[in-house]
Amino acid sequence: MNPMALSVPRDEAAQPRLSLDRITCKFGPYVAVDNLDLDIMPGEFVSLLGPSGCGKTTTLRMIAGFIKPTAGTIAMDGVPISSAAATLPPERRQMSMIFQSYAVWPNMTIGENVAFGLKLRRLDRETIGRKVREVLETVHLAHLEDRYPAELSGGQQQRVALARAIVIRPRVLLLDEPLSNLDANLREEMRYEIRRLHDAFNFTTVYVTHDQSEAMVTSDRIAVMNRGRIEQIDAPYILYTRPRTRFVAGFIGRTNLLDGTCDGTEVRFDGFSLPQGAFENAGRHLDGSVQLSIRPQSIALRRVPPAEDDTLAIRCDLVERAFLGESWDYVVTPAGSGLRLRVAAVPSEVFEVGDAVWLVLDPQQMMVVV
Amino acid sequence: MNRQILAPELDGPDVGRGGAQASPGPVAARVRRPFRVDPWSLIWIGATLILVFLVVAPMLRLLISSFQSTETGAFTLENYVTAYASQRRLIGFGNSLLYGAAVVLVSIGLAVPLAWAVARTDMPGKGVVRATVLGAFITPSYLGAIGWILLAGPNAGWINRAWMALTGSSTGVFDVYSFAGLVLVTALYAFPYIFVFTADALDRVSSEMEEAAHILGMSPLRTIFKVTLPLVLPAILGGSIIVFLDTVALFGTPAVIALPARINIMTLQLWQFFEFPVRAEAAAAYAVPLVLITVAMLGLQRLILGRKGYVSLTGKSGGRQPMPLGRLKWAVLGLCLLVCSLAVFLPYAALAQAAFSRAWGQGFSFANLTLGNFGYLFNEASSRQIILNTFTYSAATACVAVVLALIVAYVVSRRLVLFGGVLATLCMAPLVVPGIVLAIGFYAVYSSPPLALYGTAAILVLGFTTRFLPIAFANCMAGLRALNPEMEEAVRILGGSRLLAVRRVVVPLLKKSLVGTWLLVFIPASRELSTAIFLVAAKTRVIAVMILDLSENGSFELLAALGFFLLGVTILIVLIGYRLVGRDFLLRKS
Ligand SMILES: Nc1ncnc2c1ncn2[C@@H]1O[C@H](COP(=O)(O)OP(=O)(O)OP(=O)(O)O)[C@@H](O)[C@H]1O
Ligand SMILES: [Mg+2]
Repeated sequence: MNPMALSVPRDEAAQPRLSLDRITCKFGPYVAVDNLDLDIMPGEFVSLLGPSGCGKTTTLRMIAGFIKPTAGTIAMDGVPISSAAATLPPERRQMSMIFQSYAVWPNMTIGENVAFGLKLRRLDRETIGRKVREVLETVHLAHLEDRYPAELSGGQQQRVALARAIVIRPRVLLLDEPLSNLDANLREEMRYEIRRLHDAFNFTTVYVTHDQSEAMVTSDRIAVMNRGRIEQIDAPYILYTRPRTRFVAGFIGRTNLLDGTCDGTEVRFDGFSLPQGAFENAGRHLDGSVQLSIRPQSIALRRVPPAEDDTLAIRCDLVERAFLGESWDYVVTPAGSGLRLRVAAVPSEVFEVGDAVWLVLDPQQMMVVV
Repeated sequence: MNRQILAPELDGPDVGRGGAQASPGPVAARVRRPFRVDPWSLIWIGATLILVFLVVAPMLRLLISSFQSTETGAFTLENYVTAYASQRRLIGFGNSLLYGAAVVLVSIGLAVPLAWAVARTDMPGKGVVRATVLGAFITPSYLGAIGWILLAGPNAGWINRAWMALTGSSTGVFDVYSFAGLVLVTALYAFPYIFVFTADALDRVSSEMEEAAHILGMSPLRTIFKVTLPLVLPAILGGSIIVFLDTVALFGTPAVIALPARINIMTLQLWQFFEFPVRAEAAAAYAVPLVLITVAMLGLQRLILGRKGYVSLTGKSGGRQPMPLGRLKWAVLGLCLLVCSLAVFLPYAALAQAAFSRAWGQGFSFANLTLGNFGYLFNEASSRQIILNTFTYSAATACVAVVLALIVAYVVSRRLVLFGGVLATLCMAPLVVPGIVLAIGFYAVYSSPPLALYGTAAILVLGFTTRFLPIAFANCMAGLRALNPEMEEAVRILGGSRLLAVRRVVVPLLKKSLVGTWLLVFIPASRELSTAIFLVAAKTRVIAVMILDLSENGSFELLAALGFFLLGVTILIVLIGYRLVGRDFLLRKS
């Protein structure tokens, strides 16, 4: 009988596996995590993405129970596990964690490392042996069961850490920058591996990283953190195309950020203006000063002026260019303006510095950010 | 997810025990109370109590009794008057400071050139020099002093006899029973401290710094004095402070040299307070300034070694080119070997001769040769007992110190308690108490009922443990600092308790460093004299005390044999240590 089946309420779909409610963590006067709310559904893969020092590790360690929040509560399947008053110690949360340093115990063989959590669960020897072999096969390490970690490469140690964490079927799997010590190729390979394991076992996963492509490949949703807060949490595609804040727009991919002022039906920028109606802005009414994010890929360059009525075309001078191999990186300045806009173009679209060009904007890919 | 749900959970009874509880479901949802009693907190409360017993009680008692009247126990300053109003004792105090300063100067003179030659030049025979310095380091200084009595005793010493035979003079040239003799002999066994510090620092000075000076046109010799030495000056000073403190607190060498020479030294005065009639309170009062000096000097050392300039040397240890000495290198090697001879070869030769002689004064003849001294040591029940005592006490001391230090170091380094800093300070506190003063404190607290430990093996083991606790603690802290806490967190998140993490991960990973720590306590404990001298009773005597007694009786043959045995065991242990732990566990700077 699976005891978990008893404790999980019937409307499983509605009940988040993990629920962080106004979580705050202070170190002395310094606020590392600030009033953070986050719900993670069973089986979901959520990344915490953000610059160094934004509180990702602190958040993860609060979920694991290593750090006690100074305010707020964390609940697992509806049952509180952390609050300022009391916390359930990590050893009783049935989670697993993969550490940045791997933390594979060098005094035990690979097999012993992986079996550790199973032994603590008092399973019989055969079951342990079978599960260890199975999981080592899953991570392609079956032949190394009797080796010691010192005899393994970094990537292999990483897989041991993975196997050790997933073999116990954790209720929540936590990963803290697990790939940051690997070289670039291996890192790329491992991020697909992690996603593959997630698809195979469907663990509820919280993944901390400061590498956006890592987060994009692995995650169902990404929570972009900045200064202890979540700026936006969405699917990778939404995050890229619909950034809600200036920080998110700048952090995920490259972008042009333009300051503008609303003036009747127009939004005026330095050197040109666009009609208010051009912005798809979730029905929000714009007034005062606004900020616009335009991805370099979403701008097209034309040599000839577009049709008269195209209000989203702007005359510009091309002031700088660099060829990056996969694309051109152009910098253009709208006529009579001090703005510098970056434009990415395919290699066959060749322009010279000094050319007069026309910019054509795609309203679908412009976002007003706050 | 709100407080209504949370509150009853938190206030519920039985909020769970520590340990691995893997059963999933509602049990796991119970929340831990902030201040429940788990085995772990019992352990550190126990450790704290032991520290109070070992460190706080003796030191506090020492301080309190220095202000107590012998008869009534009332508050008084008369002990300080008794202790310091006598001219003899004031001179003793002054002599000790002078003695310490002189030993520091001679040690610097010996250590710095040696360290420079070994670390920075292309002198041949570096290995021999380093090994001999290690030999001087592990020689108990009182044993070296006795070797020098055999060499430079006023008439009978070998050097003086050779001198008289060569020159026909009726008196010798050297008299070890003099202030100069005392200083030189002490320095010969103290200089390795400065050597280690200096050589270590010189190893880190990149020769690019020196080359930069050369390019600017400085001569090599000027470079040494203007560039290299100033860079390692903090290291020299740091070593010097240790030597000063060790010398001022030294009991053995003064007991065998200064006592017969009637040189008045503080530690000897302290001893005399315990001759009949015992005036423990006056002794305490006399000792308190010594403790204060030590505290001040160690504070100074921290200041010096903690300075940024010194740390910046540790940066890139870029290329280091040994300085070519040309033909001069043989002269430099000669000087190094001279120091080595004075510290190790000559005194050991003298001791060896005595150990295998019926009467050492009769010199090298076949008839004089015997193994009887060693035979006596092992056949005589009393000396067998003493040897057994020494090694059991040292082993027990090392075990207690390592376990206690590991527990406290773990609690402190993983921030499991709020007042961890206090615990760490307690562990390091014995550093400021000279062994003889510590023994007085122990004697004062634990010799009378209710514990009445005087005369038991326990009081010796406890005294030794306190004395060497700082060594054990510093080593355990260093080991734990090098251990990534994620190793333990990985145990906990998989369902293991903290204790399990310590047992299965911390201890196995620190095994080497713990063995090294054990040896670093065992070795000095096996030869400790100044603490033992007050705490031994007829049945609990140890080798160091027996050596002192033999030297008072003039039984140098037996003494030398015993000394060799002690050294042999020490060397064996050092070799085992090298084997288990790696080459430089002993000469590490810390
Ligand atoms: N134990 C601590 N004491 C004091 N400040 C801390 C402590 N742990 C973290 N901080 C601070 O809290 C902030 C957030 O730290 P955290 O480790 O969560 O950052 P992070 O997002 O994981 O960064 P990185 O990507 O560099 O790992 C940092 O500014 C850090 O200096
Ligand atoms: Mg981090």
